[in-house]
Amino acid sequence: MSEKAETKYTAKDFSSGIDVRWCPGCGDFSILAQVQRSFPQLVGVEKEKIVFISGIGCSSRFPYYMNTYGFHTIHGRAAAIASGVKTARPELSVWMATGDGDCLSIGGNHFIHLLRRNIDINVLLFNNRIYGLTKGQNSPTSEHGKVTKSTPMGNVEYPVNPIAMANGVEGTFIARAMDVDAKHLQMLIQRAHLHKGTSFIEILQNCVIFNDGAFDNFTLKEHREDRVVYLEHDKPMVFGKQKDKAIKLDGFTPVLIDLNDGKHSINDALIYNEKSKELAYIISQFSDNPAMPLPVGVFLDINYTTFEDDMTAQIAEARKKFGEGDINTLLKGKSYWEIN
Amino acid sequence: MIEEKTQSEHSKPDVVTVEDVTVRFAGDSGDGMQLTGAQFSDTIASYGNDLGTFPDYPAEIRAPAGSLYGVSGYTIHFSSHDIYTPGDQIDVLVAMNPAALKVNMRDLKKNGVIIVNTDTFDRKNLELASYKENPLEDGSLSGYNVYKIPITKSTLETLKELNLPLKIASKCKNFFALGVIYWLYNKSPELTLNWIGDKFKKNPELVEANTRVLKAGLYFGETTEIFNTRYEVKPAQLKKGTYRNLNGNEAVALGLVAAAKRAGLELFLGSYPITPASEILQHLSGMRQFGVKTFQAEDEIAGIATAIGASFAGQLGVTSTSGPGMALKTEAIGLAVMAELPLVIVNVQRGGPSTGLPTKTEQADLLQAMFARNGECPVAVVAAASPSDCFTMAVEAARLAIKYMTPVILLTDGYIGNGSEPWRVTTIEELPEFTAKFRTDPQDFHPYLRDENLARPWVKPGTPGMEHRIGGLEKQHIYGNISYDPDNHEFMIKTREQKIKNIENDIPELEIIGDKDAELLVMSWGSTFGAVASAVENQVAKGNKVAFAHFRYLNPMPKNTEAVIKSYKKILVPEVNMGQLSKLLRMNYVIEPIQYNKVKGTPFKAFEIEQKIEEILKGSVR
Repeated sequence: MSEKAETKYTAKDFSSGIDVRWCPGCGDFSILAQVQRSFPQLVGVEKEKIVFISGIGCSSRFPYYMNTYGFHTIHGRAAAIASGVKTARPELSVWMATGDGDCLSIGGNHFIHLLRRNIDINVLLFNNRIYGLTKGQNSPTSEHGKVTKSTPMGNVEYPVNPIAMANGVEGTFIARAMDVDAKHLQMLIQRAHLHKGTSFIEILQNCVIFNDGAFDNFTLKEHREDRVVYLEHDKPMVFGKQKDKAIKLDGFTPVLIDLNDGKHSINDALIYNEKSKELAYIISQFSDNPAMPLPVGVFLDINYTTFEDDMTAQIAEARKKFGEGDINTLLKGKSYWEIN
Repeated sequence: MIEEKTQSEHSKPDVVTVEDVTVRFAGDSGDGMQLTGAQFSDTIASYGNDLGTFPDYPAEIRAPAGSLYGVSGYTIHFSSHDIYTPGDQIDVLVAMNPAALKVNMRDLKKNGVIIVNTDTFDRKNLELASYKENPLEDGSLSGYNVYKIPITKSTLETLKELNLPLKIASKCKNFFALGVIYWLYNKSPELTLNWIGDKFKKNPELVEANTRVLKAGLYFGETTEIFNTRYEVKPAQLKKGTYRNLNGNEAVALGLVAAAKRAGLELFLGSYPITPASEILQHLSGMRQFGVKTFQAEDEIAGIATAIGASFAGQLGVTSTSGPGMALKTEAIGLAVMAELPLVIVNVQRGGPSTGLPTKTEQADLLQAMFARNGECPVAVVAAASPSDCFTMAVEAARLAIKYMTPVILLTDGYIGNGSEPWRVTTIEELPEFTAKFRTDPQDFHPYLRDENLARPWVKPGTPGMEHRIGGLEKQHIYGNISYDPDNHEFMIKTREQKIKNIENDIPELEIIGDKDAELLVMSWGSTFGAVASAVENQVAKGNKVAFAHFRYLNPMPKNTEAVIKSYKKILVPEVNMGQLSKLLRMNYVIEPIQYNKVKGTPFKAFEIEQKIEEILKGSVR
């Protein structure tokens, strides 16, 4: 980029300076780096207005490494604590770092309700499809049949699809990124910041110790372009090194087409629309379908009013109606009597 | 039917002045008994009587009509002198059906007054109430003054020309009963008429109907000759001031709003509805003009978690709940202890364990409040003594939370949460001064520096140059970095313990009521106050040597607790649990108190405590 917006900060300003203690090679390093590189460009935000809230897990150490306000809380409750922070102080820029266990298992309930309330919090879900901090048990995003320390005969559960789940509970900004694609992740961080309402980014993150290579099938550099489709609003869903593959919608069924097969052209490709919940759902179903490319990018970006704005508006409305509350009148109540 | 009599024919009944009366309205849970009781108590309060109320209702919203377990009651005790309880026994029972009569007879005084709705005493209702014979006809009520009134029929007759659907018309019958009681106690229905006008202002037909029925009840008392006596209860000699009638849950809500204002903070409540605490959430959600933010969370955990988030953000975070909800909040309380953030946790206790008795009262969460957390995890615990004391203790909980940067648990219970009494209105200027201080100076700032009280600095996110991280992992003294250092861990544990202990320098000492030179000291906490205070007052009046001290601060306990305990030979501890305060006293002061425990979902009655005191004084207990 030639024209960089002038900012007060550099990436270094966002580093707390303490030793980062993730395992060497962990995907979390890249996510931390992309956050620190993106934050100087966050429009209209001062560093002291940024708050990072996390739960428990490897990813939840994140706030300690950021030189912002931070609160490392308890397992699963980051979404609820962040909701309190943002509702209390809407002027703060609130971010949440969480993992697949923290967010979707023990914290599943809070995650659901955060999204439906549409509180303007930016959620970074580090999805490595395994429990890392507790050393290798299956997580709610682990594949069916997967052998882990707590599923020696294979996982008998089916995984949750975080993108479809977020859509189902009325999320307004839903995106997917990969730890290995730095620029794309940075772009999504900016988009999440600009979105008013809850922003949810599922970041596919490699756990080098307990689930190494979980996403290699899609994300390895040598075949990434052929196996990953980048969603772009109003643009055809085309991918491949030669830009020769595309997604076509056949009724409600998405199909993979070859643009060089003589039967299809770019005009057959589905034009992605990030304002469509229906489309977001259909495309989210590609996950774990080996025949289909991995969709990344913004699945959905729509606008509802936010919880905190509605709350602020109610306070203004009540004050307009009843005036700034007089506490002594309140204490006295409507029916009182005097003893002389 | 109503006896037809003209004004001129009837003679005026005698007006008898009495000191102290207890009236109970009882009927089906759909009969409007709670509303009727509340209307009567508001009217009584406006006459300057001291009063105590006790709403008692089933967990079922609309239990099957006529069933014994569906009976809902509202007791009002009012008096011309100071009273502390809703009364031990009732003078007047209004029974809207046989089940209400059956359930409440055991509380009725000998020769007490029973007003029954005779229209409901049919075979079906008698069977539902397990009456083999009609008690109105079999002579079983001969020891009482029974007034048989066809309340339903009279109500329908009154509303005949309004052509209302039968269901709606018969719903007005509670106001007929209320009218009769207003007449009996010589009270004007004005307050209730105003209330009706306001409540149903969008439905003039209902204003008209309820007004007519209430007046019909009054006229019934006046016109018929079934009552030969009316009663008068002179106003009580209350301290000068402005008064209002207040229940404990509303008092908590008001106390929190006032405390936030006093501290210069915004109030944030994160809460999940639960009986009997939901009213606190409801009251506060109607106070947006005071800047109050209420967050009805997805569960109990999120209730406290959002409140912790608000406290971290620099507001007064509060969560309200009852026992089962407390159980769910315990991990988050630990976080607030570790993060050293101010937080008020209100537990309106109910019967437990588990779901227990949701609508009944109990004091069995004291040890839960004290200890139910992992690790060494001290929190301050305070308890309200009466409905209006809920205001004072809510303010205290907030004051201590802010000053000591700690969670504070406020214990009330269903009895005082729903019960009401007159409250001498406090103004905000009369509250203790405690302004929340936020650190804004980055010079030499560290998140776990401590002041003279051992409280750490509170910093609002958004303050430039003071970005810092806190969390549930053990923190390094002063600097607040994560620390696994063994000595640091022990030091921090002791520091957090000492910080809570320091509160003892900031709270009033135990006060001794009654005979200071007595051998026997009664010690109580929470809502047992009223029954014990009445009992001790009566005993002292009888010339018995007994003293009384009441705990409103449970952790830490007042500084003089040990001295007080050691100066009495015998300590009696009545509790609505199996002896939880006794356990604490035994543990802290190595004494052997005489326990008096009652765990029936109902509060103590003063006479029960009196009997116990007399037994002990006679030497028949230990």
